[in-house]
Amino acid sequence: MSESSSAVARPLLPNLLAINDLDLKQIQHLLALAADFQQQTPAKSLVGKRILLLFYEASTRTRTSFEVAARRLGAETVSITASSTSIEKGESLLDTVYTLRAMAIDAIVMRHSVSGSPVLVADHVDVPVVNAGDGMHQHPTQALLDAFTIIRHKQRIAGLKIAIVGDLLHSRVARSNIELLSRLGAEVRLCAPRTLLPPAFASLAPGLILTHRLEEALDAADVVMVLRIQMERMRESFFPSEAEYVHHYSVTADRLRAARPDAIIMHPGPMIRGVEIGADVADSPQSVIREQVENGVLIRMAVLQSALLPARFSKA
Amino acid sequence: MNLILKNGRILDPASGRDEIGDIVIQEDRIRDLGPGIAAPGPGTLDCTGMIVCPGLIDLHVHLREPGFEYKETIETGTRAAVAGGFTAVCAMPNTNPVNDNAGTTAYLLQRARELSSARVYAVGAITVGSRGEALASIGDMHRAGAVALSDDGRPVMNAQILRRAMEYASMFNMPVIQHSEDLNLSAGGAMHEGEVSLRLGLPGISGQSESTMIARDVLLAGQTGAHLHVAHISSGESIEAVRQAKKRGIRVTAEVTPHHLTLIDEDIKNYDANFKMNPPLRSRADRQILLEALADGTIDIIATDHAPHAAHEKQQEFTRAPMGIIGLETALPLTLRLVEQGHISLMRAIEALTSRPASIANLPGGKLQAGAPADVTVFDPNLSWTLDPAQGRSKSRNTPFAGWNFKGRAVYTVVGGRLVYQLHN
Ligand SMILES: [Zn+2]
Repeated sequence: MSESSSAVARPLLPNLLAINDLDLKQIQHLLALAADFQQQTPAKSLVGKRILLLFYEASTRTRTSFEVAARRLGAETVSITASSTSIEKGESLLDTVYTLRAMAIDAIVMRHSVSGSPVLVADHVDVPVVNAGDGMHQHPTQALLDAFTIIRHKQRIAGLKIAIVGDLLHSRVARSNIELLSRLGAEVRLCAPRTLLPPAFASLAPGLILTHRLEEALDAADVVMVLRIQMERMRESFFPSEAEYVHHYSVTADRLRAARPDAIIMHPGPMIRGVEIGADVADSPQSVIREQVENGVLIRMAVLQSALLPARFSKA
Repeated sequence: MNLILKNGRILDPASGRDEIGDIVIQEDRIRDLGPGIAAPGPGTLDCTGMIVCPGLIDLHVHLREPGFEYKETIETGTRAAVAGGFTAVCAMPNTNPVNDNAGTTAYLLQRARELSSARVYAVGAITVGSRGEALASIGDMHRAGAVALSDDGRPVMNAQILRRAMEYASMFNMPVIQHSEDLNLSAGGAMHEGEVSLRLGLPGISGQSESTMIARDVLLAGQTGAHLHVAHISSGESIEAVRQAKKRGIRVTAEVTPHHLTLIDEDIKNYDANFKMNPPLRSRADRQILLEALADGTIDIIATDHAPHAAHEKQQEFTRAPMGIIGLETALPLTLRLVEQGHISLMRAIEALTSRPASIANLPGGKLQAGAPADVTVFDPNLSWTLDPAQGRSKSRNTPFAGWNFKGRAVYTVVGGRLVYQLHN
């Protein structure tokens, strides 16, 4: 980003559409700001701001997380969900956005089932757009909260062995995490059946390790991130059956013995115990899955403040 | 009315002619051509510094009429054609109704006679409704004037139906134009499958969805003896299948679009659906293979796949926006750009836009010789200009080349001896 000396200071984060939009300084700023919010009750820095939560895909979890984050900073939220009338009537995405934009909105937080939709919207509005998950593309706040959670436990990212296991092909969480954790210096291993992990994945970041063998991915791992498997993929013949997936790729307590004893277990949710993750693992002391949800609010507070306030008021 | 094109560089791939000279047009025919044969007089167009070539012919155009007049009409589409230097276009049958019968073919050609600036040839559907299930009335459409067959927009998936269509079409010597795409392999896809689609999180259309279909179809063409014309070839692997088939004497020809020769998947910026088309922009390596195949003749011709769509249709989520871009007014400048970059010679470029397409579809134009129809394009190869889609003649503006600086542009377009387009600066 260029350093502007104009009278109106620009926000630190004009948009957050993908992890690769962020430089290292911005990443560190966001992580530090979230840590500050954890330490002390935050000031109501966003009083008078109105944030539009535009959710074209149902996600109570992420929408609530942004809502809580916004309100903790004093901002007002307007929630538009897939069941809202205008969306139901088949109005185009841009027409909906133009209409809502007229209601004095200061920022848009957006979730959509089609990759790139927040990018399209950001191209057509003059307020910050925060991507809350788009198709198979990106989910940047999820990756930031995952990095934040890892640092809480491991004090660092650099040098850690991080295994990401599950439906990588269809996962926006995976894409964002691969980019972010690799950039922060982790050794990232990707593990899935060949049908859900095409070789092109190796191009997403330097030094990625791709494997179809779970024990290889888990070997001496510091962090194990498990991704959801949708049974819809079975019908599309990405794998033969739920049972076979469980036999080969379910992260169970038994298999987890290959990882470091202090390895932490993560899952972006919603998870299905007994499929991609063993119940014994999901509820084990090593699991930080509930903490991820709490940290999500802190990271989203950091993102919203950085998107809405000029950089100099947004100090870490 | 007579017309004299004076002192231009006459390029005629059919005869190999490349010399400064004049073309004298009488009524709808070329009367004579050669160096210094005409004294200036009324009806003389000074072509000094310009290139005079056969009128460009586009075998692959979607005029959208009848049924989708909000995207394009015969009138606007052919106005765009002549502004781009095209004197003849082949209209694809995926209109509403589909041109799968003699009545619709006759209607289209009648409308074209009334409204068109360029010559319009009809491509009839291969199957009823282009649904791939039953043969369309191929013989009747041929009698009504259709010059080729295609279910373009859709492939003929059923090999038995395609085989029968080839056998039947070969009686009329009509090329069967296949939109080569295995719909099972491409299902749900929005862009080329590769590293870029993976990063953007967009479902992919693999190169194999095209190449496997072409591999099958050239074998069917070999068996039936029919003429298979591969529409908008895009994948490097497909080239090998065509090259081998040609070597074995199978009657196969292929076309490539200017955009596949120019852009690649990495050029897709900000999920702009003006970069979305089918087949999709392929990889850097694919494009390189296409350029070489065009130069060595494995790919026979350049065709635009001019596919107009309204702005509101394109300004949508990427996977929801329709496929296709307009191309009639950018084809010549994009091709000249390839010449400038040294990928193909000027003569080969003109051949791929004139005499070769004419011979593939058995059309009368495509050559400059005494007695031939007076379809002539004059372009200034050095004219610099910037593309502003709002200035285009097409009803639609869906092009990824907005703002591009080009060198070279049609200045005069003559169809049947009539000056139907003249560039005004
Ligand atoms: Zn096609």
